Amino acid sequence: MLAFAIRRMFQSIIVLLVVGLVAFSMFNFVGDPVDSMLGQERTDADVERVRIQLGLDQPFPVQYYKFLKGAIKGNFGISYRQGRPVSDIIAERLPATLELAFVSAVLAIIFGVALGIFTAIRRNGWAANTIMTLSLIGVSLPTFLIGILLIYIFAVELGWLPSFGRGDVVDLGWWRTGFLTKSGLLAIILPAITLGLYQMTLIMRIVRAEMLEVLRTDYIKFARARGLSKRAVNFGHALKNTMVPVITVTGMQIGSIIAFAIITETVFQWPGVGLLFINAIRFVDIPIMAAYLMLISVMFVSINLIVDLLYFAIDPRLRLDKTKG
Amino acid sequence: MSEILLKIKDLIVEFPTRRGLLRAVDKVSFEISKGEVLGIVGESGAGKSLTGAAIIGLLEPPGRIGGGEIIFDGQRIDNLSDEQMRPLRGKRIAMIFQDPLTSLNPLYRIGEQLIETIQTHLSMDNKQARTRAIELLDEVGIPAPQTRIDAYPHQFSGGMRQRVVIALALAGEPDLIIADEPTTALDVSVQAQIISLLKNLCKERGTAIMLITHDMGVIAETADRMAVMYSGQIAEIGKTYDLIRNPKHPYSVGLMGSIPAIKGDVKRLVQIPGSMPRLNDIPQGCSFNPRCGKAFKPCYKKRSPLIEVGNSSVACWLYDEEYKGAKAK
Repeated sequence: MLAFAIRRMFQSIIVLLVVGLVAFSMFNFVGDPVDSMLGQERTDADVERVRIQLGLDQPFPVQYYKFLKGAIKGNFGISYRQGRPVSDIIAERLPATLELAFVSAVLAIIFGVALGIFTAIRRNGWAANTIMTLSLIGVSLPTFLIGILLIYIFAVELGWLPSFGRGDVVDLGWWRTGFLTKSGLLAIILPAITLGLYQMTLIMRIVRAEMLEVLRTDYIKFARARGLSKRAVNFGHALKNTMVPVITVTGMQIGSIIAFAIITETVFQWPGVGLLFINAIRFVDIPIMAAYLMLISVMFVSINLIVDLLYFAIDPRLRLDKTKG
Repeated sequence: MSEILLKIKDLIVEFPTRRGLLRAVDKVSFEISKGEVLGIVGESGAGKSLTGAAIIGLLEPPGRIGGGEIIFDGQRIDNLSDEQMRPLRGKRIAMIFQDPLTSLNPLYRIGEQLIETIQTHLSMDNKQARTRAIELLDEVGIPAPQTRIDAYPHQFSGGMRQRVVIALALAGEPDLIIADEPTTALDVSVQAQIISLLKNLCKERGTAIMLITHDMGVIAETADRMAVMYSGQIAEIGKTYDLIRNPKHPYSVGLMGSIPAIKGDVKRLVQIPGSMPRLNDIPQGCSFNPRCGKAFKPCYKKRSPLIEVGNSSVACWLYDEEYKGAKAK
């Protein structure tokens, strides 16, 4: 198991290096940062001076090497636009994104698993059929449209919830949270639903499909033949067996939640890293873009690692046999 | 063997399909006394397993009981709801399935599955239930049950798993065990062990067994009485010894003839020509008539009721007083 973890760690590092390389080489095509930094009345000398200052005159491999060297120490350089260290800017913005992702992931998992079980157990009931039909909408509507619709209904027409921003935040020193104020909690509802809806319907459909599969197996029949209660059969015996595929998908979806937060953050002007990234693209702020992409890939890779380790916790057949007889 | 434990009267199991109802079990009647072993033989699709599933109330939809009565210990149980049936399952009637490899939940230790079952039916705290679980494992012949109780199903061999399944079936101390092909998936060398284990444990407890199988050897060794099923109906039912020595229904005769004997002349094995009719294509009259060498007029008109002949009951017009001496066409 330890060997497995170490091997996976090693693979993860390679993945990160490749992501970094691809991301870094792409930045050569997004435009020249010097254009947006200097005004129209620049001279060639100005341009040259800024280039040398930013290290852009150096060949690509050297730039990449310098970037990696800094990244290992958590130093991603200085934002071209804001003139502050990128790590500071991201640390400032990250709590907003993580809180949003956390709330939508929790919503998606709770409602996804619950509705999945419900629609599997009552597979021919009208309620289950209605939910299944509605879930098609959740899967097929694009995120920005859902966000705009929710804003129209709950912010514009009903006026119950704010349409943008994060509300008041409380500074805990290293983390600024919106969970402790009423306006912060109200503000997170709409973006969290927007961000989590697709994942919720996806989780629900997978739980349902897996449940239906497991409910047909012999050990479920045998569990029923032993007179175990419906609850014990459905939630004890069936649900646990659906968990391995469900966790795989859920894990990948949590990665996507953080990555797709870009769209939701744009729609709701949520001050997180996604919005930061979009603005960085506009101004060709390479250090921020690079740091953001590295951050997202670190999250993806570590979530996948956690998912792989969870398999061991759930399925005893994967563990090393000690009592084989 | 006097008191009747289970009585089935004219049981019908049917499947609604787009082209009408299909009858998979057609008016089957039999009884099982307390502590008795009743063997049920027949080809695949004869309705053996469905009869078993109907008794314990676990027919897979859209299959359903279409008529008849199931009376267990004086109580009618065919019309009970799932929730009303549940206290009986495991506690009064247990079931063992064909494949021990898939009967156990792979994610739970066998001890957890045993204790869960014990606590569902008997009021025991965790410690008592665990002690009881170890006793049960010991009884079914699992070596070192104190340590094996914490093993997962995949750490057992097929035969050992079927022993665990038997322990699980016995956990609620049932009066009747429906064993649906309990040895079919096992190695031949293990089959005999499992069968004799099941038989001995049930004998000690006075538990009746309804043994569904297509293995005549298993039946001959285990069953007090046996029923031969064909195409959803009982062709012949009687004492095992009589039925094997002296089968009466032409189908039973064919069935017994297809078993190789170790002693005696080496003859060509008899085979019954043709195959069992499909459910949507059952011939009029006796459903065996297309394959029967002795079929005569009444066989094509109407199905024979069970006629008592000696110690057995046979559903064949050959034994009807009216047609005595009639010849095949």
